[in-house]
Amino acid sequence: MVMISVWERWLGNRHFLRIEPGSAVWHFRRDKIALGGFILILIMILSAVSASWLTPYPNEGRGEPNISNKLLPPSTEHPFGTDALGRDVLARVLFGARTSLTAGMSIVGVSVVIGTILGAVAGFFGGWVDEVIMRVTDIFLAFPPLLLAMTVAAVLEPSLANAVLAITLTWWPWYTRLARAQAISVRERDFVKAARGIGVSDFTTIQRHITPNIITPILVQGTLDLGAAILTLAALSFLGLGVPPPTADWGSMVREGRAYIMGGRWWMGTFPGLALFLTTMAFNLLGDGLQLVTSPRARGEAQ
Amino acid sequence: MSQAEYALRRVGLGMMVIIGVLMVTFLVSHVVPGDPARLYLGPRATPDMLKEVRELLGLNEPLPKQFMHYVANTLRGELGLSFRTKRPILEDLKIRLPATMELVTVTMLLALIVGVPVGVLGAARRGKLFDQLSRVVTIGGVSIPSFWLALLLQLLFFLHLGWLPLGGRISQDTLFNNPVRTVSGFYLVDAAITGNWIAWRDSALHMILPVCVLSAYPISLAVRMTRASMIGVLSEIYVTAARAAGLSEWEILFKLALKNGIVPTLTIMGLLFAYSITGAVLVEIVFAWPGMGSYMAEAILNDDVYVLFGVTLVVTIIYIVVNLLVDLLQAALDPRVRLGERAEM
Repeated sequence: MVMISVWERWLGNRHFLRIEPGSAVWHFRRDKIALGGFILILIMILSAVSASWLTPYPNEGRGEPNISNKLLPPSTEHPFGTDALGRDVLARVLFGARTSLTAGMSIVGVSVVIGTILGAVAGFFGGWVDEVIMRVTDIFLAFPPLLLAMTVAAVLEPSLANAVLAITLTWWPWYTRLARAQAISVRERDFVKAARGIGVSDFTTIQRHITPNIITPILVQGTLDLGAAILTLAALSFLGLGVPPPTADWGSMVREGRAYIMGGRWWMGTFPGLALFLTTMAFNLLGDGLQLVTSPRARGEAQ
Repeated sequence: MSQAEYALRRVGLGMMVIIGVLMVTFLVSHVVPGDPARLYLGPRATPDMLKEVRELLGLNEPLPKQFMHYVANTLRGELGLSFRTKRPILEDLKIRLPATMELVTVTMLLALIVGVPVGVLGAARRGKLFDQLSRVVTIGGVSIPSFWLALLLQLLFFLHLGWLPLGGRISQDTLFNNPVRTVSGFYLVDAAITGNWIAWRDSALHMILPVCVLSAYPISLAVRMTRASMIGVLSEIYVTAARAAGLSEWEILFKLALKNGIVPTLTIMGLLFAYSITGAVLVEIVFAWPGMGSYMAEAILNDDVYVLFGVTLVVTIIYIVVNLLVDLLQAALDPRVRLGERAEM
């Protein structure tokens, strides 16, 4: 219910089809660098969705070995070469996009939900509730991000779900802070005061009036953080704490490729790393562009 | 709020956060996975061994009591034994930490030396080619997977060009013929003060690639912070006044405006430190740099999770202290901070 009303509001308030000069979309379209990031993200999502059709070796992409073809350098048949088990690296990279995207979306999705709820509650109630929630948030923010995730992942059984869990544990506090700041500003608005005045319960007020009005910036931030989440997962996989074989995963592929790189077999680690780099960069380019269009100061115009 | 009051409050909060951090690591190590004794002994433990270790670790005691023990032990610096090296983790860390800190220190210095001028020039030439270029390069810098960049540089500078060593902190030859006497634990410093220039050169060569990889993120961050704050400063009226008075562009940028423009960059030093130290974990592994990161990597391979907890705790506490110092410094420089005018989230 909440989600539907959010999207209605979002769509209803904006004129997507008419781009007015000087508007955010207008600035964004003129920003070739950010637009490049956006296009890269679309390509990445498309290749993740259609990985099975894009490669002639979908089974190898899913992890089936083909030993007779092992360690072949890049050729027209295998543009990115093959790995130690004879699997087409391009197919693995394409399927790796699936892993990265689903994992990234799970990390950010769960974190956004936790963060929005906690932040909305903290900002709405204030007082000791706020104090308790924010001090707990501070504690989790006190850890250098990768270290806590590494330790938690090492304690748990190695699996994609546990790696996602470990990263989520370090990820939610950022959205809690964002949601709280937003909730505090919404709390003072008239429609919230009116709702409380006519006796709407606190729970309903948070659900119907606070959350829909604070969710947009959190969702935007979450989308932009996908790149960082994907990069963190890859780091865990590179350390051997992430996605176990045979699932295709960029971080694990760089890890495997590392063992062969000094023997001159550079392709195994290079291509998945490149995919990782481009994906993270695409999200960051988009984020940078959005920041420029939403803050005139960064654009260097209004003073 | 007076300076002292603010400092006291801030230190108090820091202590509370440290207690909270201990609580989190305690819960993760003692409650979540089920059996710390199994964790301690690894997967091949017999029931007898498990029982013995349970006694030894006091695992039969109630949780709050265990937590008090845990806090007391940690404060005394007893982080437990490494399962693999059979040595106290703190002893291992004393050897490993200087190597990491040397890397992190050089990286942060480089971030400021390179990042600040580039940021200033970007602000001065806003929208021009240099600025656009630095925008793309810095976004690339914060996006590039450090472990991947490290491999590529090894491939190029070691395997193809043969200019730089593959990894390690110093070569075996140098260590044998011109050993570095330990004073500070930083090879560059120790070799310099003992006049051991052969070792100095050797360890500097070993440091080039790891520092390049590690500083990609901090440099980019410093450029972006400096640029953003300089754009604000350059539009101030006093800058216009200085232009009218005929100061040269160079003087305006680097003498007048930078004084105010650099403050936000200094305040993210804590953040830079955090990124450098976590980045160091990955970079050290690729370059076989014998610091904390390699220690953690070995621990991961050996299921030596107590090492991971120990390192995480030590690094987190260092990080909290660094942030505390940055905050206090900022409050001393800028009264608005302690008066609570800063928009705190």
